[in-house]
Amino acid sequence: MKTHVVVFPGSNCDRDVAVAIEKIIGSLPKMVWHKDTSIDQSDLIVVPGGFSYGDYLRCGAMASTSPIMKSVIENANKGVPVLGICNGFQILIESGLLQGALMRNSSLSFICRDVIIKPTNSKSIFTNKSKISKMPIAHNEGNFFASDDQIKKMEDNEQIAFQYCNENGDINDESNPNGSIKNIAGILNQNKNVLGMMPHPERAAENIHGCEDGKTIFESILN
Amino acid sequence: MTSSKWQFQTEQSLVESHGLKFDEFEKIVEGLGREPNLTELGIFSAMWNEHCSYKSSKFWLKKLPTSGDRVVQGPGENAGVIDIDDGDVAVFKMESHNHPSFLEPYQGAATGVGGILRDVFTMGARPVANLNALRFGEPNHPKTKHLLSGVVSGIGGYGNCIGVPTVGGEVNFHPSYNGNILVNAMTVGIAKRDKIFYSAAAGIGNPVVYVGSKTGRDGIHGATMASAEFDEDSEEKKPTVQVGDPFTEKLLLEACLELMKEEAIIAIQDMGAAGLTSSSIEMASKGNVGLEINLSKVPMRAQNMSAYELMLSESQERMLMVLDPSKETMARKIFKKWDLEFEVIGRVTDTKKLILIMNGKEEASIPINILVEDAPEYQRDYIIEEPSPIKEYLPEDFDQSEIIPNLLSMIAHPDLCSRKWIWEQYDHMVMADTVVRPGSDAAVVRVHGSNKGLAISTDCSPVYCKHNPYEGGKHAVVETWRNLVASGALPIAITDCMNFGNPEKPEIMGQFVECIRGMGDACSKLNYPVVSGNVSLYNETNGEGIYPTPAIGGVGLIKDLSNVKTISLKGEGNYLCIVGKSNNHLGNSKYMTIIQKKEDGGTPTINLDEELANGHFVLELINKQLVMSSHDVGEGGILIAVAEMCIAGNLGLNIDEDKEFSHRYFFGENQSRYLIEIKQENFEQIKQLAKSKNISFEKLGEVNQENIRINKSNIIKVSELKRNYERGISEI
Repeated sequence: MKTHVVVFPGSNCDRDVAVAIEKIIGSLPKMVWHKDTSIDQSDLIVVPGGFSYGDYLRCGAMASTSPIMKSVIENANKGVPVLGICNGFQILIESGLLQGALMRNSSLSFICRDVIIKPTNSKSIFTNKSKISKMPIAHNEGNFFASDDQIKKMEDNEQIAFQYCNENGDINDESNPNGSIKNIAGILNQNKNVLGMMPHPERAAENIHGCEDGKTIFESILN
Repeated sequence: MTSSKWQFQTEQSLVESHGLKFDEFEKIVEGLGREPNLTELGIFSAMWNEHCSYKSSKFWLKKLPTSGDRVVQGPGENAGVIDIDDGDVAVFKMESHNHPSFLEPYQGAATGVGGILRDVFTMGARPVANLNALRFGEPNHPKTKHLLSGVVSGIGGYGNCIGVPTVGGEVNFHPSYNGNILVNAMTVGIAKRDKIFYSAAAGIGNPVVYVGSKTGRDGIHGATMASAEFDEDSEEKKPTVQVGDPFTEKLLLEACLELMKEEAIIAIQDMGAAGLTSSSIEMASKGNVGLEINLSKVPMRAQNMSAYELMLSESQERMLMVLDPSKETMARKIFKKWDLEFEVIGRVTDTKKLILIMNGKEEASIPINILVEDAPEYQRDYIIEEPSPIKEYLPEDFDQSEIIPNLLSMIAHPDLCSRKWIWEQYDHMVMADTVVRPGSDAAVVRVHGSNKGLAISTDCSPVYCKHNPYEGGKHAVVETWRNLVASGALPIAITDCMNFGNPEKPEIMGQFVECIRGMGDACSKLNYPVVSGNVSLYNETNGEGIYPTPAIGGVGLIKDLSNVKTISLKGEGNYLCIVGKSNNHLGNSKYMTIIQKKEDGGTPTINLDEELANGHFVLELINKQLVMSSHDVGEGGILIAVAEMCIAGNLGLNIDEDKEFSHRYFFGENQSRYLIEIKQENFEQIKQLAKSKNISFEKLGEVNQENIRINKSNIIKVSELKRNYERGISEI
């Protein structure tokens, strides 16, 4: 399986996700520099977390105009699986591959801790092995918002990938870490080959992390 | 300005505004054989202030033990280096950013983190963990909330963005910090032993290269400001605080590490306090060479900057390097790739002078040795005050029926409650190597790509230090050592951050001297040397000094990560046992300060022989896989330690009824003790082993499902404790 991880200046989860991919999928991904202009033949493109370009503007806004993004968009439109994690999710929204917006957390502060999410769509290429999972979040702007119309369309088309919940799978305010509408933690595009999610599966991918639930994302892709 | 020897042209007020004393100015004139010009005066001011020259502390710091089997580099370089097997080394240091953080908490704390990160990656190490030691004024002081939230978001803002996890630290509150908070930041990095980079310039004619951000007018005289006391007008010094740019630092980190893979860098030094001045002079001094710098070449952010401003700016995210000339093109390419400045600004010379040229004119010419070797060094007068007397308290001195309510109040107090509100604002998991997250005795990070880890802990008890600086100094060292042991690590070495008041006051200097003596004794006994450190003096506002605060950062090695221990209780039916003697010392304990609201009864003393023996015993049990969880008994005594273990593990404890039902037993803070959770069936074996080694070991109780039970009328649900514990800091 050929995988690619895009590296922007300021990406900081690029190595972490590459390590997880190597462990779970079995081969090292190719790291693609943001100034490159093409990604040929990929089975998975990951846009990793971090603070691309420092995120001094709206998160992901600068990165979405980076030279490499043209190729990421072309690949996504061709049906290549594209996974955006955390800042990667923000970049995919800014580049128009995913809908909605990620606003500042309702607490107005950065949050780093474990959350529990459940797959709302458990049939997609990214979620077909998912169950109720524990994974860390680490972000300042993860408060997902979309208009009622957009949400309705996403629901009808099964584009909501994950929702924050409690250990029993109940979706409620207490289990919502950042104020996201409908507790949304991750969404898919219309064709379901692009996933953006705030939780970090690469940080719950081996024994020392204390939890290995994040592996299911990559195992689903392998499946 | 006159003296017996000279009639000076330079105005006295100008000399004084540069923080230089009359006799220091005389020394400059003597060294140069003439009066300095303004640029030169600025350079002397920057090099000879307390922050850069250690003029009051040097004599005493030399007394600390700094060598050991695993020490690769002791104090004197950008950071200390220790061997952690397999050709790997850990590189670490702690540094203060107290004054700027009080003036501007977000940027002050952020640039503190940025500075210490640079110290570590300058040496060729990839930073893998950040920690901090923070002191604020009273929780209800009008400034505390603002300062706490600013500092925490500043630390998070920088560390989160650059992608280095902030894995631990400590914070406490005391009125002595009302006007002068302490922000001490520590970074640990990992490198290969044969790939460590130093700052000694070499190779006459080699290019001196400036990389990173452009130089602006920010932070001019920052180090001089940090070497003076505060008063009401200190707010006016805000412009001396630098502004951090973690994104650029991330680029600088990656570019430097990329270049370090090539054989191109001969010497490298970050531009921290006193910017271009201290970096260029340190490189020249260490290499015993001269440097000629053309200041017109320095990348500038502002127009028409003078030589004086360029030399004294503390703009962040900059480095100075001496390169192998044949690698210049390759190096330039790497920095261009990362969109960073790269400019050859000078050459290494054999003049042993720092010569500055700007627009073709010589702006300064100073022999390096005058700046460094001839820098003033003081043996300041000191008075060692009598330590507060130790008092014995009896069970009937306090109302025993209050023990459980006291426990609830103490666990909710800002000094003892959960720090979750703080560390949830720090990305403590980026790099995906965090093994033990914040909230245990020590943080543990894996050495990437291996099955070994580093345990790291910061600690200090200023109240102990104030009332007995010698025992307090010992305690700060020993507490980190104990935290590392409790986590299953072999403690290796420490970094220190010495925060004190005005050293010109003999009683403050006395505190410094005694803390050093205590630290030194502990380090020697425990084979736990000092490999790096920093001194921050003049922490005073309106003449009122802070409590002596020698913050210690300890680093230990865990050879096999399956041996890592945390504080969370693991299973019902297990025994919780105490290693070490409990002799009921209640003086200056958290019970006294929080509940009785007084500092009384004297600081507990530490028997270093017992400390060493108890620690080795615990490590032996851990290595024999006999320990399920472990925790050192620290602030708040046994009952607080039990509560923390119960809350972390969501389990309870039935305490044996043979224990003395008293405050002094449950909240006493005598030292060298651990709580360890073991399987019932291993109790006899461990007891025998303890006996054979003459170690005090006794069962405290048995783990149950949901409450802490002291006796039938003193029971508390762990869930209720947890609610109190977690409320804490966010309510400030």
